[in-house]
Amino acid sequence: MSEGPAVAIRGLIKDFGDVRAVDSLDLAVEPGQVAGFLGPNGAGKSTTLRILLGLLRADSGTVCLLGGDPWTDAVALHRRLAYVPGDVSLWPDLTGGEVIDLLIRLRGRPDSGRTTQLLERFELDPTQRARSYSKGNRQKVALVAALAADVELLVLDEPTSGLDPLMEAVFIECLREAKDAGRAVLLSSHILAEVEKACDTVTIIRGGRTVESGTLDQLRHLTRSTVTAVTGGDPAPLAALPGVHDLSVDGHEVTFQVENAALPAVTGVLSGLDVRSLVCTPPSLEQLFLQHYGDELAPPESVGIR
Amino acid sequence: MSTRTLIDAPGPAAPSYAGVGALLVATLRRDRRRLLIWVLALGGVSVYSTVALGSVYPTAADRQARAAVVDTPAGILLSGPGYGIPDGYTLGAMIANELSLSITIAVAVMSIQLVVRHTRAEEESGRADLILAGAVARRAPLHTALLMAGLADLAVAVIVAAGLIGSGLTALDSVALATGCALTGLVFAGVAAVSAQLVGHARTAAGAAFAVLGAAASIRGVGDLVQDGGSALSWFSPIAWAQQTRAFVDLRWPPLLLSAVVAALLALVAVRLSGRRDVGAGLLPPRRGRAAASPLLSGVAPLLVRLQRGAIAGWVLALLLAGVVFGSLHDSATQMVAGNPRLAEAFTVEDGASLADSFAAATASYFGLLTAGFAVASVLRLRSEETAGRAELLLSAPLDRRRLLASVLAVTGGAAALLLAAAGLGSGLASAVVAGDVTSVGRGLGAALVHLPAVLVSTGFTALLLGLAPRLAGLAWALLVYAVLAGVFGPLLGLPDRALRLSPFGWVPAVPAEAVDVGSLAGLTLVAAVLGVLAAMGFRRRDIPA
Repeated sequence: MSEGPAVAIRGLIKDFGDVRAVDSLDLAVEPGQVAGFLGPNGAGKSTTLRILLGLLRADSGTVCLLGGDPWTDAVALHRRLAYVPGDVSLWPDLTGGEVIDLLIRLRGRPDSGRTTQLLERFELDPTQRARSYSKGNRQKVALVAALAADVELLVLDEPTSGLDPLMEAVFIECLREAKDAGRAVLLSSHILAEVEKACDTVTIIRGGRTVESGTLDQLRHLTRSTVTAVTGGDPAPLAALPGVHDLSVDGHEVTFQVENAALPAVTGVLSGLDVRSLVCTPPSLEQLFLQHYGDELAPPESVGIR
Repeated sequence: MSTRTLIDAPGPAAPSYAGVGALLVATLRRDRRRLLIWVLALGGVSVYSTVALGSVYPTAADRQARAAVVDTPAGILLSGPGYGIPDGYTLGAMIANELSLSITIAVAVMSIQLVVRHTRAEEESGRADLILAGAVARRAPLHTALLMAGLADLAVAVIVAAGLIGSGLTALDSVALATGCALTGLVFAGVAAVSAQLVGHARTAAGAAFAVLGAAASIRGVGDLVQDGGSALSWFSPIAWAQQTRAFVDLRWPPLLLSAVVAALLALVAVRLSGRRDVGAGLLPPRRGRAAASPLLSGVAPLLVRLQRGAIAGWVLALLLAGVVFGSLHDSATQMVAGNPRLAEAFTVEDGASLADSFAAATASYFGLLTAGFAVASVLRLRSEETAGRAELLLSAPLDRRRLLASVLAVTGGAAALLLAAAGLGSGLASAVVAGDVTSVGRGLGAALVHLPAVLVSTGFTALLLGLAPRLAGLAWALLVYAVLAGVFGPLLGLPDRALRLSPFGWVPAVPAEAVDVGSLAGLTLVAAVLGVLAAMGFRRRDIPA
């Protein structure tokens, strides 16, 4: 297994005619790490992944994949990775089992025991012809073929679209196993709960540009936690504290957002208020995400007003 | 306490045709271009054939010479029961005997496609769910498809009848012939409607209906072979019913009653069956396939062979049959051509070459052009693999793009050689049997295989477009169309040599009328190789779009 990062992208640019799909994007995935790659539709996630696979050629920037150049060393690098496209299209006349075997054989290290086990876990019937598979089942075919491969890196483009929640849980389990086996995983997604559950690091992109990246904890430190408390005393003094936002009182219940740096001061005041119940929620990825895209969704002044 | 129902009870039961009107309008709108092309093409063919046959065979003696060709086993398989041949082969008899089969089969194909497209294919795509969620009866799409088939077949009947009458044939017989073609189309619309209820996939449903059509054509052919004017066996084929009206010879209508009754029965069966199944499912359970791939399916070339094996087998069979038909006609056709100066002019390739050799060379050039058609389509499959996103799946494996393209070219070239060999072997064997001359086997094979380098140039040219300008890849057909025009009509039009040599087929020696010209064959092969290498370089360097 190679030293150094599994994926290292710096200043990546890709244009399609006049349209800049990826604009000085940075992205890193370390071995043994599950990296979430987040962004709304059209943010450039799939384009970036397709550049990593050597299907598209980068216009500028450095792209390093498993220590090599994805464009010139494609064949050698592909022995060491597996890919699940976002929209899986299969050969209609082949059965699911045939497609899985073919893809695994093309990669060159067949292990039929693993395949059988994955087929059972994903409850996929390999005897059906691909043309009769639903979207979710086509996705499972690509997932089984990718997860059965003994590789260093998994590149997964929205792999759970079309899967039901049970299968999604199986998928998350498989991701953890891949991680335990020392594999690096690059998981593009817009399902925040899934990224929250499975990923060690997150890169959020917007308009082809990296706007935030780091571990989930690091990202959370940049934002506010939500506190809900039921108090005997009057919670009004809380509103005066620096770092407290959007405070609202409903009878004895008070809800507010607090910057993580202001938490010590807030707990100090709360301790004098006869607290009967206290819930402190770290920011969800959804809040992080909306913070970066919020101005597209709603005018800034309306955010947080109840 | 009085209760009030919050939901109104449904009104009186809606009829099973609810929604047919709106669906019919929408379907007509979707299909208007496609149907217009079918109808105009069939009308055009009927006018063209009548006029062309009339001018090429102006005298009774000419027509009787043609009758001698048609009255051979291969001729009967490709035409009809042969009414009128013994007692004067008139132009009308010619049309009824020879043209009606092509029109009938074309109308049947149109009807099958139309019915499957608007029933099973709609369900498979999920669009039917959207339609049926409206105030539309579950059977309305089937009713609509059958109505559409009726309208389309009627339109064909009107235009074919008008074309024949306009070309100077008897009105009543023209109407009978056209009605026969249309009613046969309706029978196959019924067959398709039934198969669409039985199986769950559009391709399988259409395939089953086409298989019935193929069986009907074969039964008619064999039945008519057994006995002049058709035997009892012929009557098991719907295609025979249309031909048995004896139009332009001794017209009778009752066989058409048979077509009408069977078409109606099939439609009725389809409607009854449709009430016994779920939307989206067929009455027959889907066939299971292999859970694991065979050890043979272990690379990209085996995959390409697997994806194309049905198409390759079909082409080999078709070219083998075409070879047998042309080969068995060598002798009689040569005699007919010798007696008809216009045809002789069209077929003679080289002054001094025997007419038989010229005929063999000319038919072999058709095999070459047909094979090039296969080759262009086969290379363009890679383009559809790309647009469907399946090339992405392959190329994410350790597979060099150049190797992918090389595999496509190798499989295409190998299959093309197989196709040409089948055509040449069929033609050589058949003419050997008819003429009792074993050496024609080798001559037939050689005449066909000599076209392989030109086919490879078409293959390479298609690959080059695919490698450098994938969006323009469809232009590969333009070269082929030019090659067909130059190869088939060039001699008739008196095109200059330079124009003929723009087509790769213009460089192919007309074996066996001419000697094998090793230089030009080697040149073509070299051009093909260069095109292939340039294509691979282009394919390596460009983006694979999503």
